[in-house]
Amino acid sequence: MQFLAPPGRQLAVLAVLLLCGTASAFVISGYELLIISLVGIWAMLGLSWNILGGYGGLVSFGHAAFFGGGAYTVAILFHDYGVTPWIGCLLGAAVGALLAVMIGAVTFRLKGHYFSLAMLAYPLALIPVFTWAGWSEVALPLQRQDPLHYMQFADPRIMPLIVLGALGVALYVCLRIERTRLGLQLYAIRQNELAAQCAGISTLRTKLVASAISGAIAGLAGSLYATIVLVITPGSVFGMLVSAQALIVSMFGGLGAAWGPLIGAVILVPMAELLNATIGARLPGMQGVVFGIAIMAVILFRPQGIYWAVRDSFAHGSAPVPEAPTVEAATTSHPAYHEATGEPLLVVRDISVQFGGLQALSDVSLEVRRGEILGIIGPNGAGKTTLFNVLNGIVRATAGSAKLEGLELLGKAPQEVSALGVARTFQTVRAFPRLTLLENVVVGAFGVNKEDQAALQAARAMLTRVGLAGRALVPASQLTNRELRLMELARALASNPKLILMDESFAGLSSADVEVMMRQIRRLAAEGMTVVIIEHTMTAMVRLATRFVVLDRGRNLAAGLPEDVVRDPEVVSAYLGKRWVEHAGA
Amino acid sequence: MAFAGHIEALLQILTAGLLLGCLYGLMCAGLGLIFGIMRVINFAQGEFMMLAMYAGLTGVAVLAPGRSWAFATAMLVACAVAALFYGLGALTHWALVSRVSGARAVGTADAGHTGQLILTLGLSLVLQNGGLMLFGSSPVSIPNDAAVRSWTMEFAEGDVMLFVNQARAFSALMAVAAVLLTILLMARTGIGRQLRAVANNPIAALYMGVNVDRAFRTAFGIGLALTAVAGVCVATFYPFQAYTGFDFVIIMYAGVVLGGMGSVGGAFLGGLLIGLVQQLSTLVLPPQLQNTAVFIVFLAVLLIRPQGLFGRGVERA
Repeated sequence: MQFLAPPGRQLAVLAVLLLCGTASAFVISGYELLIISLVGIWAMLGLSWNILGGYGGLVSFGHAAFFGGGAYTVAILFHDYGVTPWIGCLLGAAVGALLAVMIGAVTFRLKGHYFSLAMLAYPLALIPVFTWAGWSEVALPLQRQDPLHYMQFADPRIMPLIVLGALGVALYVCLRIERTRLGLQLYAIRQNELAAQCAGISTLRTKLVASAISGAIAGLAGSLYATIVLVITPGSVFGMLVSAQALIVSMFGGLGAAWGPLIGAVILVPMAELLNATIGARLPGMQGVVFGIAIMAVILFRPQGIYWAVRDSFAHGSAPVPEAPTVEAATTSHPAYHEATGEPLLVVRDISVQFGGLQALSDVSLEVRRGEILGIIGPNGAGKTTLFNVLNGIVRATAGSAKLEGLELLGKAPQEVSALGVARTFQTVRAFPRLTLLENVVVGAFGVNKEDQAALQAARAMLTRVGLAGRALVPASQLTNRELRLMELARALASNPKLILMDESFAGLSSADVEVMMRQIRRLAAEGMTVVIIEHTMTAMVRLATRFVVLDRGRNLAAGLPEDVVRDPEVVSAYLGKRWVEHAGA
Repeated sequence: MAFAGHIEALLQILTAGLLLGCLYGLMCAGLGLIFGIMRVINFAQGEFMMLAMYAGLTGVAVLAPGRSWAFATAMLVACAVAALFYGLGALTHWALVSRVSGARAVGTADAGHTGQLILTLGLSLVLQNGGLMLFGSSPVSIPNDAAVRSWTMEFAEGDVMLFVNQARAFSALMAVAAVLLTILLMARTGIGRQLRAVANNPIAALYMGVNVDRAFRTAFGIGLALTAVAGVCVATFYPFQAYTGFDFVIIMYAGVVLGGMGSVGGAFLGGLLIGLVQQLSTLVLPPQLQNTAVFIVFLAVLLIRPQGLFGRGVERA
């Protein structure tokens, strides 16, 4: 568990590493000093890539756009207007951030490899534009009279130290991201975007914040690169090798860990540079070959990268996982049927949904009363899950309205629906498998808790409430089916909802586990929570729900008290076929 | 007269776009076939094409037919190079691509797409820079007479003249022939049927007794062979060097995306359109920005209609 973990040890490592870098700048000289700078710059670009690609799972093939934007900002400002690179570097970072937000706003609608391919196009499209604009080669003029002002120091050790300082800042930023809200939200988006959205995360906003930070770091790296190499061309800063190097140092070092890009850069950059310096004159293109082989080897043999491989081999067998508590004997009594008298909380009117030629829902209406457990039942394909998806903002309705305490839900994004107080669990559990149980629940608590610490406390309280406090630090991938169902319930509760939509929460559970879930749901209702639950097994529902709404083939079929509904001949016929109606009647 | 001049310029551009577009279409057909059947985006397709260009150059140089027969020889060499690259493709699939795709990628987070993209990115870096080491950076092309000969057509009593470069025209014919042959192969033969089955549902095909791994290997081989033919054709009139493959990569992606990732015919039409867009853009844009127009089309299609102009649906990731 990383969220809000004390960063003490990491910061110590950071300080030691920076000291080592500083010390080495005084030990070595000449060309090797340039390598220190280059390691720092490529590590920064890798860190920047890692924020989107590692934490958020947004694999970018175009980080050169932000790098080159920063580099050209410094170069053009210095060359044409005599602006000092100190200001140029800051503006370069700003330009990088701006480009990243603009490009992200357009491109984040694409998923997976479509996103990667689209990102590829931006820097490559900029190369001919910059060439055409007359910037095919921009040199920073030599200014020896005021080295401090123009960042052209006589002492070759100063620039590497400045780069190391910037790298330290970038690393610190990434370590902070890993331990706070933004990082956890990005992890959640990467592992299950839909669940993240329904848990209240505004995914686009989160991605844009992340890309602003990422773009700023890339822009700063590009600015420093221009300041060091003094001559830049569109190919050298927007080229494919730049984007590829950002990706490769991160994936080689370890995807999704702040230390990854640093490890990758420290190993790969000196190797490539030294090979280039020795045999590069006879065999040009050495860097590309080194980076190409490195990334192929990583993908084939250690897809998680060096950092995780080393960590896993050390952490082997440690951290005992607490045992799953046994289920106490289930005692459930038959609930007294009663018509819930509360005023309506949610009023659904005439919702219709069309998928192409298929009418999934037609004119479905229902009311959810405060404090009741409303069971939505119906055979497969009745449109139950579609109805939830519409209420949740995942599917757009073609007609109708759904008002929660008078506020329209339809047309809102899932995170807005969540903010209004509607929580959701899924037919197949949507967990964030590599986050701990507690972190899974914290994600749900962000919406109502502005402070990270408060969100953590709220999540702990919810875990206690569903009886999973003892398993808080277990990764979700190791939980049993019942624990996953309870986790999803806790995550839904953590957003402090007025209404919980539960989609087939008993699917795949043993009968003992079903009793546990039923007890939880009943207790929630007793505490005043309103629950709408979908289920197509009648037996459990008859004992749980206080009222039924029956859907069949996308239409309202019946509604009322469970005892009445199950005797309704139309319902029996929809469930069991015509033949059974006569039996039921007999 | 000025009007005739405009017509002439437009006709010339359209012809250039169509001829070049056929070759782009052939490249796209190769990449599109691999994607359509295996769902793998081969980032190194352009680098394989660059290798094919050098293979064609070497083949013609070894046969030394003399300049007047060089073009015809190059077309024969193209067929041999296609066979060679079919083998190279099968080998690449067996050694590298199969390890991150097919059955091994089932159940991973994004069906292995990112891994495939990054693996082939690494391969493209190695091939590109390895090519630079082997062949040097000075541009070369296959010397032949057809490249400098044109047919001249006259319209409107000589007011409008049209020049058609022979090497480009024959290359375009070759490209159309190769694509038609592939479409026939896919539609009419047992191998084609297997490939289509595997593309539709690899698991079901496996249960029906299709050797899915071998089908993927075949698809990768055919895909590279098509692009290799395009490479040798282009090499007869276009100077190339080790980085040339990358110049065409975006053109290929743009064509494949435009044609709707998946179908060979669609990819060909996509490539054809990209050729036209690229050439027509010179009417409004300075010639250096030709490829920027291609990028813009590529991005626009991805963002607005990711299933392409001729595609059916696209899987939502």
